[in-house]
Amino acid sequence: MKKQHLIVIGNGMVGHHFLEQFTGSDAAANYHITVFGEERLCAYDRVHLSEYFDGSSHEDLAMASTEWYGEQGIELMLDEAVTRIDRERQQVITSQGAYPYDALVLATGSYPFVPPIDGNDQPHCLVYRTLDDLDAIRKSAEGVKRGVVVGGGLLGLEAANALKSLGLEAHVVEFAPRLMPVQLDDEGGQLLREKIEELGVRVHTEKATSEIIPGEQHRLRMNFTDEDHLETDLIVFSAGIRPQDALARDAGLEVGDRGGVVVDNQCTTSDPRVFAIGECALWNNQIFGLVAPGYTMAKTLAAHLNGDGEAAFTGADMSTKLKLLGVDVGSIGDAHAQSAGARTLRYLDESAGTYQKLVISEDRKYALGAILVGDNAKYDTLLQYMLNGIELPENPQSLILPDSGDAPTLGADALPETATICSCHNVSKGDICCTIDSGATDLGTVKTETKAASGCGGCAGLLKNVVEFELESRGVEVNKDICEHFPYTRQELYHLVQVEKIRTFRELLDRHGTGRGCDICKPAVASILASFWNEHIHEPDHVPLQDTNDTFMANMQKNGTYSVVPRVPGGEITPEKLRVLGEVAEKYGLYTKITGGQRIDLFGATLNQLPLVWQELIEAGFETGHAYAKSLRTVKSCVGSTWCRYGVQDSVGMSIFLENRYKGLRAPHKLKMGVSGCTRECAEAQAKDIGVIATENGWNLYVCGNGGMRPRHADLFATDLDDQTLVKYIDRLLMFYVRTADRLQRTSVWLENLEGGLAYLQNVVINDSLGIGEELEAQMAHVVETYQCEWRTALSDQDKLKRFREFVNDEREDPVQTWTEERGQKRPADMTAEEKLIAVSG
Amino acid sequence: MNTEHDSQWQVVCSRSDLVPEAGVAVWTQAGPVAIFYLPDTPEQIFAIEHYDPVGGASVLARGIVGDVQGEPVVASPLYKQHFSLRSGQCLEDERVSVSCFEVRLDKGQVQLRAHGRKKASRAA
Repeated sequence: MKKQHLIVIGNGMVGHHFLEQFTGSDAAANYHITVFGEERLCAYDRVHLSEYFDGSSHEDLAMASTEWYGEQGIELMLDEAVTRIDRERQQVITSQGAYPYDALVLATGSYPFVPPIDGNDQPHCLVYRTLDDLDAIRKSAEGVKRGVVVGGGLLGLEAANALKSLGLEAHVVEFAPRLMPVQLDDEGGQLLREKIEELGVRVHTEKATSEIIPGEQHRLRMNFTDEDHLETDLIVFSAGIRPQDALARDAGLEVGDRGGVVVDNQCTTSDPRVFAIGECALWNNQIFGLVAPGYTMAKTLAAHLNGDGEAAFTGADMSTKLKLLGVDVGSIGDAHAQSAGARTLRYLDESAGTYQKLVISEDRKYALGAILVGDNAKYDTLLQYMLNGIELPENPQSLILPDSGDAPTLGADALPETATICSCHNVSKGDICCTIDSGATDLGTVKTETKAASGCGGCAGLLKNVVEFELESRGVEVNKDICEHFPYTRQELYHLVQVEKIRTFRELLDRHGTGRGCDICKPAVASILASFWNEHIHEPDHVPLQDTNDTFMANMQKNGTYSVVPRVPGGEITPEKLRVLGEVAEKYGLYTKITGGQRIDLFGATLNQLPLVWQELIEAGFETGHAYAKSLRTVKSCVGSTWCRYGVQDSVGMSIFLENRYKGLRAPHKLKMGVSGCTRECAEAQAKDIGVIATENGWNLYVCGNGGMRPRHADLFATDLDDQTLVKYIDRLLMFYVRTADRLQRTSVWLENLEGGLAYLQNVVINDSLGIGEELEAQMAHVVETYQCEWRTALSDQDKLKRFREFVNDEREDPVQTWTEERGQKRPADMTAEEKLIAVSG
Repeated sequence: MNTEHDSQWQVVCSRSDLVPEAGVAVWTQAGPVAIFYLPDTPEQIFAIEHYDPVGGASVLARGIVGDVQGEPVVASPLYKQHFSLRSGQCLEDERVSVSCFEVRLDKGQVQLRAHGRKKASRAA
C-alpha cells in the first residue's frame, strides 16, 4: 500500500509531543511524516527557556535530537517556513517548493503580543519566545545596565528573571494594578511583588506606555500615560500571546473572533483533513497557553488518527504551580472565587512571606480554587481536592494554616484511581498502580515507564508519596533505616546525638542500636559526632569508625597506597611552596598531578611514608587539604580584581577567607565552593555547593550546585550581599545542611528533597523562620574555633603515629605492590582479575 | 591445647599494638596477615589474610570492622566487600574467600600459628 502523507507545521513542544505519541502507534506505519519548523533548531523546552541564560544550551533544552527524527523516519525540515496552505490541491507551500498532504496538523503555537505603542519597532525593542529571541536579548544586553519587561504576567516575570541572569537591573512594567493578574488576587500579587523586589527586580504597576523615544542616560525612554517615564537600554515585550493562525486564516479555515483555529473535540478544524493542536487551537472558545493541555490535545489527535473513536479533548485544568525568580507561586481552579456562592479562606503571614487562599463551595464541602504565594507545599494536596471533588475536612482552614499538628494532609490513600498525578503526561494514580502491579518496585522504574514527573517535574513529591504508599500497601517494605544496626535515618541519629548529648559511637549503639555497627553506620555517626564535638579523629573512640581515608588522612588508591593533597587555599601558591611540593614528590617517588580544585595531588605514598612526607610539608607551612574527608575540599577562584581587567571584587581574597573559615567542617558529603570575580564566572562557582559571584555591589550567592555524576546548576540564593551577610548566610546554610541531610547526600540532592525547596531554605536562612539562625552560627563558630590541622596534631603524638606502619611488627614495605613507569612518572602496574587472585598464593 | 603444637605458635606482635574494634597488619612467614581485636567477642582476636583478592592489594586490616547479621566482618576499604573474620568468606561472592589463621593472646603477646593456615570452608 502506498503511504499517505502526514505533514506537521510547527516543531515546538506540542508538535514534538504529537510525533512522540503518534510514532508509537500502529497507524504510524501507514504514513510518511514531514515536519516543517520555522526555527533553525529542533523542538526545545520553552517552559525552561530562562535557563538558557544560566548556561543551558539548545542541547540541554532540546526535546529530541535530529537523529531521533531520522530513526523514526520523519523528514524534518528546519528553517523552512510554510508560506501558504493550498487546501484545493492538498499542498503545503514553502519557499523551497510544494508538498502534498493527506492529513495536515497545525502546531504553529503562538507569537508574543506587542502592544501598539509608538516606537515599539526600533532596535532594542525585543520579544521573549525563541532561542533566537534570547540570543538577540543577550546581544542587546552586552555592556549595558538596565532592561525593562513590559508585562507582569507569568511570561513577563520569566523574562525579568532572564534579564537578571544577564546581570541587568531588571524592571517590570505592568498595566494592571498587580503582578500576575490572571492567576493572583491583590494580596497575593502584593506579596509576590515584595518578594521579587527583595531580589532586586523593580516593579511598576498601573503603567501604560504611551511612546518609546530615544533616552538620555540610557538608549531608550518610555513615556507613560501618567506623565511618568523610565529610561532603559532595552525593552522586552511579554504582554501575553496570540495564536499563530495566519496560515489557517489565509487558507479560509474557521478562526475565532480573537484568533485561534477553531477545533472540535478531536482537534479537527473546519476542514476534516486539517487538524490543530496547542496554542494555535481554539477549543470551546478557549486558547490554552500552557503545555499540559497542549500535550493532551497532541495525545488525543494521535489516538484519533490511530483509529481510536473514543479519543476526545474535553478541556483542561489551567492550574499552575511554578517558581518565579525563586518565589513559589501556585494558582488553582477558580482562584478569584467567581463561582456562585463561593467563599474564601485566607491566611497571610507577613513575617514568613507566605500567602494562602482557599476558595470553597457555599456548603463548605468542596475546594473550588486556591492561590499560594511564597510556599507551594500545599499545592498538590489542594489541587487533588479540587480536581477530584474530594470532600473537605470539617475545618477546611486547616488545609492552608501552618501545620498545627492535626492538619489533615491528603495522603496518597485518599486519592481516587482517576486522580491525575502528572498533568504534563496525563498519568493517573491508576496508571501508577498498574505499573507497580506489573512489576515496578521502585520510584525510578515507575518514572521511566509512565514518564510521570518528567515534564515540568512539579508532581515529583506527590508521585514519590503515591509510589511509596502503593508499594507499602502491597507489602513491599520501603526501608529508610540507615543500616541493620540502627532503625533510624541519618537525620534521626543526628537528633538523638544532639538531644542526648551522646559523645561516642558505643554510647549511641548501646542506647539505640543493635550488633556492633558496620561500614555504613560507623562513618555516618563519626561525621555526626564530629559536627557536634569536633574532636580529633584519632581519639581512641573514633579511630575504628573511620574509613581508611579518614584514619590515615590520605586517599587510598587502587594498589593500597595513598595520595596526599596539601591545602592550597584559593589555589594561590608561592614559588617556594611550589618548589617544596616538587622536592617532596621527587624525594619519595610520588606521581604528581594538578587537581580540578586548583591544588596538587601527590600519589603513591605508602603508610610508612605518609608521616615523613607530611613532616616535610608541615615544616614548609602546608596543612592538610582534607581531600580524604567528607568536608570542605577547595574554594576554587579566578584571579579577580587583583589582576584581571574585568574583575569587580577580590575573588582570591574571598576564596582564601572562605576556605580558611570552613576547612575541617565535617558534613554528610564533601563540599566544594567557588568564587568568581565577575559575571564571566571563570571559577565555575555555579557548579559548586556554595558559589559566590562578584557584582558591582557585593556578592551574589548561589547554592546547591554540583558537577560530577549528576551535574546541577546552583540556584541563585541572594544577591548583592556584603562580606558579613555573605558569611552569615553560608554559616547558617552549611550548618543546616549538616544537621538535616542524609548520609552521603550532596547539597544538590538535599535541596531537591527539602520540602518547600529553595524558598523554604531562603526562609530558614535569610528570614530565620525557624528561629535557629543564631544557634546555627554559634555551632559554626565552635567548629571554626576548634579547627586543628589533623596532620600537625598527629605528627606531635607518637601514639597516633604508631598506626602509620605497613606492618606493626616489621619495617618492610608491602611486597605485593608492583609499579610501572609512564610519561616519566611511576604508577601502579595493571593487574588482571586472575593476577590479583594469585598475587600472594606463592 | 597440645604442647607439641605450641612450639609452632609464632609471636607476631603485642596486645598494645592492637586497636580495639579495628585491625592491624603484621608480617609473618606466611606473608601479610590482618589481625582484628574485638574484645567483647568470645574469640577476642581474629586473623585473616591481609591481601584483598578482589581489589588486588594488601589492605584488609585497614577496613571498617562490624557485623552482618551477627557475623563479625571487615569491609574492604577498596570496594567494600565484606569478609567474615571467622571464616574468611566473602559475603558478596561465594566464590571468593581469604585464608584465616589460628591466633591467640598469651601474656600480652599475640601468637599466630604460622603453618596452621587453613583455607576457609563455606560451612564455617
